[in-house]
Order: sequence, then C-alpha cells, then structure tokens
Amino acid sequence: MTALLYVLGALAALLLAAWAMRLAGRALSGNHPRFRDMGFGEAFGWVFAAAALVFAVWLYGREGAVFFRWAVQGFVIFALAAWLFRLAGRHIGTGGSRKLFRAMPLTASFGVLVVLIYAILAIFAGFIAPYGQAEILGAANVVPGGDPALGGNPAYPLGTDQIGRDILSRLIYGAQNTVGIAFATTCLAFVLGGSMGFLAATIGGWLDQLLSRAVDVLMAIPALIFALLLMTIASVWSARLGVPLTLFMVLIIALIDSTRVFRLARAVAGNIVVMDYIEAAKLRGEGLGYLIFREILPNALAPLLAEFGLRFCFVFLTIASLSFLGVGIQPPLADWGTMVRDLAQFINYAAFAPQAAAAPLLAAGAIALLTVAVNFIVDWMLHRSSGLKE
Amino acid sequence: MSDKSHRSLLLRVEDLQLEGRSDETWTPIVKGVSFDLHKGEVLGLIGESGAGKSTVGLAAMGFTRDGVRISGGSVLFDGTDLVTASADTKRQLLGKRIAYVAQSAAASFNPAHKIIDQHTEAPVRHGVSGRKESEEDAMELYARLRLPNPEEIGFRYPHQVSGGQLQRAMTAMAMSCRPDLIIFDEPTTALDVTTQIEVLAAIRKIVEDFDTAAIYITHDLAVVAQMADRIKVLLRGEEVEEAETRRMLSDPQEEYTRSLWAVRSFKRPAKPAPALDAVPVISVQGVTAAYGKMDILHGVSFDIHAGRTVAVVGESGSGKSTTARCITGLLPPRLGQIEFEGTPLPGSFRGRSKDQLRQIQMIYQMADTALNPRKTIGQIIGRPVEFYGGLRGRARRARVEELLAQIELEPSQYIDRLPSELSGGQKQRIGIARALAAEPRFIICDEVTSALDQLVAEGILKLLADLQDELGLSYMFITHDLATVRSIADEVVVMKDGEVVEQGSKDDMFTPPHHPYTDLLLSSVPEMDPDWLSELLKERGLENIGDAASDRM
Repeated sequence: MTALLYVLGALAALLLAAWAMRLAGRALSGNHPRFRDMGFGEAFGWVFAAAALVFAVWLYGREGAVFFRWAVQGFVIFALAAWLFRLAGRHIGTGGSRKLFRAMPLTASFGVLVVLIYAILAIFAGFIAPYGQAEILGAANVVPGGDPALGGNPAYPLGTDQIGRDILSRLIYGAQNTVGIAFATTCLAFVLGGSMGFLAATIGGWLDQLLSRAVDVLMAIPALIFALLLMTIASVWSARLGVPLTLFMVLIIALIDSTRVFRLARAVAGNIVVMDYIEAAKLRGEGLGYLIFREILPNALAPLLAEFGLRFCFVFLTIASLSFLGVGIQPPLADWGTMVRDLAQFINYAAFAPQAAAAPLLAAGAIALLTVAVNFIVDWMLHRSSGLKE
Repeated sequence: MSDKSHRSLLLRVEDLQLEGRSDETWTPIVKGVSFDLHKGEVLGLIGESGAGKSTVGLAAMGFTRDGVRISGGSVLFDGTDLVTASADTKRQLLGKRIAYVAQSAAASFNPAHKIIDQHTEAPVRHGVSGRKESEEDAMELYARLRLPNPEEIGFRYPHQVSGGQLQRAMTAMAMSCRPDLIIFDEPTTALDVTTQIEVLAAIRKIVEDFDTAAIYITHDLAVVAQMADRIKVLLRGEEVEEAETRRMLSDPQEEYTRSLWAVRSFKRPAKPAPALDAVPVISVQGVTAAYGKMDILHGVSFDIHAGRTVAVVGESGSGKSTTARCITGLLPPRLGQIEFEGTPLPGSFRGRSKDQLRQIQMIYQMADTALNPRKTIGQIIGRPVEFYGGLRGRARRARVEELLAQIELEPSQYIDRLPSELSGGQKQRIGIARALAAEPRFIICDEVTSALDQLVAEGILKLLADLQDELGLSYMFITHDLATVRSIADEVVVMKDGEVVEQGSKDDMFTPPHHPYTDLLLSSVPEMDPDWLSELLKERGLENIGDAASDRM
C-alpha cells in the first residue's frame, strides 16, 4: 500500500516538475519554438528521462548493484567499440564501404562489429580456444573472474563447469556449433520457403491454395512443441539409420521456419507480380525461371534479407531452447543452450556471490548479444530499404 | 472575375524559401517566391512537376512536409506570420480560416469513417458550430455543390461514392468553417474530363458564393484559365512571371511561359485512308470479354491498318484498357477474335508463338511500374534484343545503343543507369525503346502521356510520330485526352460502357454531327479561353454537363 503511495507521489512530483520545466524553458529561452510548441506529454517525457538518469547514477554507486554496474560498463564499452569501429570503417576500405559506414547509425555498426567477432570466433574456434570443448581439466566449478581470492583461477578466466571443462573454450566452440548450425538451418529454411512462396505467388490458382493451406496447417501447431514432437520421433530414426540427430534437427527446424518465410515471400512477390514490368516479361514469352530469378527476386531481396536476419535469431533461439530441453545439440559438443541449462543452479548464488552466478549468464549473454546485434542490423536494413522507396 | 486587387489584403508571401533534405544535406527547392492574395481572389499556381507548386501551397498554410523546412521569407496571413507562429496559433487558423483540398480525395478521406463525420469534425473541434448545425450545413453545402441526394450522401463511406463526388464532398468539407482561404492542390487532375468539368463548376460557384480567396495549384493551363483571377508561373522553384489571367493568356512575357502556351500546337496531318482491300495489321472482330461472369466488352470491332494510328477514347471504365488486354492475350475474349495480318491469333498469350508475341508490343501508362527498378537501362532494353533477336555480347550492346540513339537519349550516358535515376519522360522513352527492341509491327500505347508534364508529353508524341514514319509502325493509342487525339491520331474509336459508340477518321470525328456521347466528351475538354466554362454553362446548363449527362445516355 505504501509502495503504491510512493509511486503515485513520485508521479505527481514528475508531472509538476514537467510543467515547471516547460514554464521555465519558455521564460528563459524567450519563448523559443522548442519550448513554445512543446506539448505537456513531451515535457513529461523529458523530465521522466532525466529522473531515470539520476536514479541510474544513484544505483551505480550502491554497494549491492553489481550486475547493474556490469551492465552499464558493458554498455559503455560496446558503445565505444562500435564508435571506434565505425570511425575505422569511415577511413579504411573502398569508396563504397566508406560511404556505407558514413551513413551507418551507431546501433548498426555495433551489430556489424558483434557479428564479425562471432564469425571470426566461430570459424577459427580451433585456434582461438585455449582448451578443447570436451577436455576435462583438473578443477571443477572454478568461479569466473580469474581472481583466486574469490575462488577463481587465472588459467581459466571464465571459470570451469561442474565436470571441469573450461567455459571460455566452450563458449568459443559453442559459437561454431550453435551459430553454424543456425546459419545452415536458416539458409535451408529460406531456400525452401522462398522458392515455394515465389512459386505460389507467380503461378497462383490451385498451387497457391495447396501450398498456403499446407503452411497454415503447419503454422497452427505451436512451433516449439511441434519441433519437440518431431525430434522425439527423429531420435528413434537416427538411432536406427545411424544418421546424427543434429542433421534431423536442422531439417525439422528448417521445415518449421520455412512456413514463416513462405508467407513473407508470397506476400512480397504478390505485390511484385502485379507490376507492369512482370506483365511485359510475361507477354514477351519469358519462362517461369526468368520471371522468378531475374524479375521478382532482385526486387524482393531487401525484405527477404531483413527477414533472414530476424529468422536467424529465431532459429538460433529454437536450437538453444531445444538443447536446453535436452534434445538439441548432443553432449559433449559445446552449445550455449546446454551450457545455460547445466549451470543454471548457480543463479541461486546471485545475492551473495555474483561472480559465481555469472557462469550461466555468460552463455545466456552470448545468445542475447548476438540476437540484439542481428536485430540492429536488420532494423538498419529495413530502414534503408524503406528509405529508398520514398 | 472582376479586378479584386483593390480589396483588403489577406495573404502576403514574401521571398519564401524552402529547403528539402536529400542525402544528409539541405538543398534549396523553392528559391524566393512572393505573391499577394486579396480577399475573394483566386490565384493560379502553375508549373511542371518538381516546380515546387505544392510545396509553396502548403507553405502558404505555414506547413511543410517531412524533410522540408522553411529557410527564409515570411507568410503573412491577416497580420500573423505563419512561419514563426506558435503551434497553438496555427492550430487556431488551420481548418478554420485556412483549408486545404488535396489532389486525391479518395486517398485523403479516412475510409473507416462516414463522410459527414469527417465533415463535422473541424467545425465542432474549432467551436464554430455544434454537431447538429454542422450536419445541416453540410447537407446545404452538398446541395450547393450539386451532389445527388444531399440529405443522404454524407452518411455513406468514402468508397461508396464516385471519385468526382468525393472531390466535391472534400470541397464542401473545406468550406465547413467558411474559411477565408482555401488551397486547392490539383483537385481535378485524377478525374475524367466529363467529371472534371462538374467539379470545376462546383468549385468556382462555391468560391464565388462565399467570396473565399483561393490558391489553385495545377499543371493544366486550360483549367487554371477558368478558375483564376491571376496566374503565377513557377519553374524549378523560381518564379517566372505573374499577371492577371487574361493578360497572361494573351500576352505572356517570358520565353518559358510562351513555350507552355504553345504545347498544344503539335499536330500532324492525317494520313490518306487505307485501300479498301488492304489487310489490317490488327483486326478486332466482335470481341466480347468478361472478368468473371460480368461482360465488360460487348462486341467490340475495329481495324488498325499498317502505318496508322488509331486512338481509342473514353472515360475510365469504358473498356479501353480491357480491349488492349484482349489484343495482347492477357484476357482471352469470350466471343469473337483478334486477327493479325489476316491470321487469327490464339486467345491467350500462352498459346501464341514467340513471333506472334514479338509483333504486338505495349507501352504502359506508368513508366515507374513498367520498368524493373533493379535493372539497368542496358538490361531492360537488352533483354528483348537477346530474347527475340538472339544477339549477345557486343552485338547486343550495339543494338541497345542504336535503340537509345533512336529514342534520343545519349547511349554512353544512360546505358548503365537505373530507372530511378531518370526523369519521368526519360523513363517513358525507355519503355518505348523496350517495345521497339522487339521490332514489332504494332504497338499499344496505354495512356503513355497522361502522367507526364505537357512539354515532356509533347516530346514523346513527336518521337512516336517520327518512329511511325521511319519504321511503318501501327499504333493503338489509348487515351482520354482529346488534345492528344487531335495531335497524333488518324482514326478515332469512341468507347462507352464496353461498346464502340462511334468510329471513323479524325476529321469526321471532330466535325459535327456527333454521337451525343462524343459531343459530350468534346465539349468537356477545357479550352484556354477564360470564358469557356461560363459560356458552356450558359449554353448547356448544369444539367447537361459531366456525369449527369453521361449517366442519362
């Protein structure tokens, strides 16, 4: 009850402050249009943002707010890195790439930087990782941080898991396994969904009906439960046929995600096939292949690429959740989803041993970072493609 | 249109400068425009697209679109400078004392609300009148604007009303607070001639009735001549000249204005009639075609002979484009057939041979959607060259360059560009080159000039005429613009509701006696004479113009 009163009181104070701020702004700036035409909602927004900032500074100084401090430090470091990366991009490289970097917002350069780092880690995992992914080392449950006073070990900067495998190495190999498999799956989903969608839009009629209704049926089943069901069936088959389960997982997730790609491809192509240039090509007597690959595909590329980035995140999260549930990437292969599951109980130490609780958060953070980075790039591309339409 | 310059000043725009944002920098788009507007006076703003007419029109309300800013000058409306006025002040003025009528009423009305609800919004919110009075006033305005069923029409949704009626409803909406100034931004450009004349008459009447000042923005000189007391000509953001309407029409001072006035002078002599036993290139024989179960065309027949241009005219929905779709094979006719040089063509384009497809080419109305935006000019024109002619590599490029030279574009400069890097007229030329690349005998031109400025359109017509003389092409020219027909056609086919109403040589068509529908079409085309509309109304009365007359036929 008192908490509610506090919130209401703070809200009233903010409303009052907003009104006072606008009044003061008008008086001090000599009725500058900025303050003169400012609505009360906007003024409240500014005051609220300022209050939130003050609160953040206060929280940063508090003893217990370790994770908040880490988050702020991480944010600043990444922002700085993104800024430096963009600065470098503006001065190094070909004319085209420099022009690209000049028009790039900071969020997009952050996304590109993170994706680049992940790509390098995934490709050269064998050279970069200090230990093997399945290698069991002496000490188990070494706390991340490398500080012996807190139970760390400088040899394992991010600590070790319950059976003594180096977490840093497993994170790096995890990039290879999780991201690599997610990338292959997304590509497959796009080849499947994209070509079916274009065919449905171009030919139309009964083929469109057939494909669309089939996709509707697949989409009607919740994706994760459907995937789990199919994976259970596949695990029996994989044992009988001697085919790795991972291959089945790629196929199953690709099939489920291709339904979403199908819908988008069909909608985008549907808008393109009504254009006069498609009619002109049809009247010229062009075949289906030319129509789809030469006339439609180049115009559908921007939304499809944006969707690719987004779909990649979803696929990646699905793999991580399947691994978390125990049917995805199989041990001893390192995988971020499995790592989160295995180390999950350390979360309970968050209140008194933040260093120890960080162990499961590292893998979760790796997932989150990539997802955010890819989405930043996607946002930027969507913005660019819609900006070009103007 | 008496002289109103002695009346009190309403709006003074002084040295107005506007900038637009492109590629991260601000570039000037209007470079100093000044004008005065007195109470009850109508100023016509004319110029080609990109001249900044609409931007100036909006700036006269103190408003700019996103990415545009006022960088200098002042807009004094009744003593208030709208450039520096606060949002509150402007909110008080806009909608109440200054109103705006947009080009496309269909796109400007909210489709989810009834017309009258949108009408009453401004008066109620501005506190001019209550909802009840405002509704009654709306009905009165609808009656004044000669909308059918004024009591009832407001309670329909925008899609239930025709385009011309919607444009009048929008004018009524602008009038709802009895503003001092209305800005009309090309209110009739999207309408058929027969509909346009009704809207023009309605706008002029209501502006005179309520003694409202107006800025009338258009690119059509004949329209502005009917509406405006004074005319101001803009060119690429700069003023060319301004004068009283009659003087401007009879004695333009500047070279550019004179060239605008002279546009409609292009006229080629009609060719002699073809021999009686000549085999027509295209013969449309009793074609009846349907979309679904509804017949759209009813027994359409006409011939197009070698080297001749047949103009097909009629308002939208008359079946002109559907006929073209039957000829190209996109819509197989239900009855009747199409013959090409005496041989019947298969109904659907899928059944036609490559050579038959080659012989019939098409040029589209909207060059924007007719050219693939992701392909270079070289690829667009090169494809039919390769597809039909089998030319590749250097031979293909040489042919593309030859075609570009034929349409009067410098090959080296344009071959690697994308369509978005061309102007409207240049895009239309590329469309022509793509059709020519197939080396056809017959080309369908579907409203090829209607989206272009008059000067540019004239260039396209001349090019088409030259190409016809050079290559012996036959054209089917679909248009609703009778000025175009007059300048380029040899024969005319008039269509209405999917039927051919009248056909014959151009000279027959333009000399009486006419079929009543042809007569209506001909009489609806605005002329440069400022008294034309008044005289037409006096002669025929409001009952016998526009849709009202067309519907009775």
